Amino acid sequence: MTTIIAAIVGLVFGLGLLVSGMADPHKVLGFLDLAGAWDPSLALVMGGAIAVGLPGFALARQRQRSLLGEAMQLPASKALDAPLVVGSVLFGIGWGLAGYCPGPALVGITAGMESAAIFSAAMLAGMVLFGLWQARQGTKL
Amino acid sequence: MTIDMTAFTPVAALLGGALIGLAAVLLVLFNGRIAGISGIVGSLLPPRASGEAWRVAFIIGLLAAPWVYGLFAPMPAAASPASWPVLVIAGLLVGFGTRLGSGCTSGHGVCGLSRLSMRSLVATLCFMAAGFATVFVARHFL
Repeated sequence: MTTIIAAIVGLVFGLGLLVSGMADPHKVLGFLDLAGAWDPSLALVMGGAIAVGLPGFALARQRQRSLLGEAMQLPASKALDAPLVVGSVLFGIGWGLAGYCPGPALVGITAGMESAAIFSAAMLAGMVLFGLWQARQGTKL
Repeated sequence: MTIDMTAFTPVAALLGGALIGLAAVLLVLFNGRIAGISGIVGSLLPPRASGEAWRVAFIIGLLAAPWVYGLFAPMPAAASPASWPVLVIAGLLVGFGTRLGSGCTSGHGVCGLSRLSMRSLVATLCFMAAGFATVFVARHFL
């Protein structure tokens, strides 16, 4: 059942990316270009998502178990550390260079965009590189 | 700053955003999980694979979205204006950065801010600032 829910959720998420304009890198870059002709749309994407998310997550936080009886696996870390900041900045630079973040890049592949496929392949490679780097850090300790 | 009113699509943005928020809420309420794309994808990859069926199902659903959308309307996805070497560099930065920073626009930006997580607020401010700065340099200096 959790698998079926996850598939439906993935579909709704992807439709949200398409409807909102997040899957169009020009729209994303138009939002990130404060000094140019600024397209504020993406602020409203975030606003719409959080307007639904706030009450939903408030409900979720009060529960010990999910509606399907699963353990609530919410992030426990509160550390405001260097990996959080450096990683987020690196992500932001890549986002600004291509106009893709992970979800829209994946959706772009099946929408038939070659640029999304190239970006996604590099993104997966970057994730694997991180895993290898982290494993190496681990063996050093 | 001038607002580009011809490109501004407030209704679609709010509606699509609400769908994204709905997806995140459904996943946490039913499965107890965070809908963070970089986390879901990253944990399926080697070397420390902890693949679970729900993650694969989520990605299949996500990848099916353009086909379902295409049944009702013309595809709004467009190609990135970046050249392929820039796409490769950007992809590597996004892949490595989201794993190092434990999240992306979905995990930190949508789920984290909805959970009122200070960590996600810091992450979101960092990637937004870096995105604004990158576009500023790329479009107005280079």
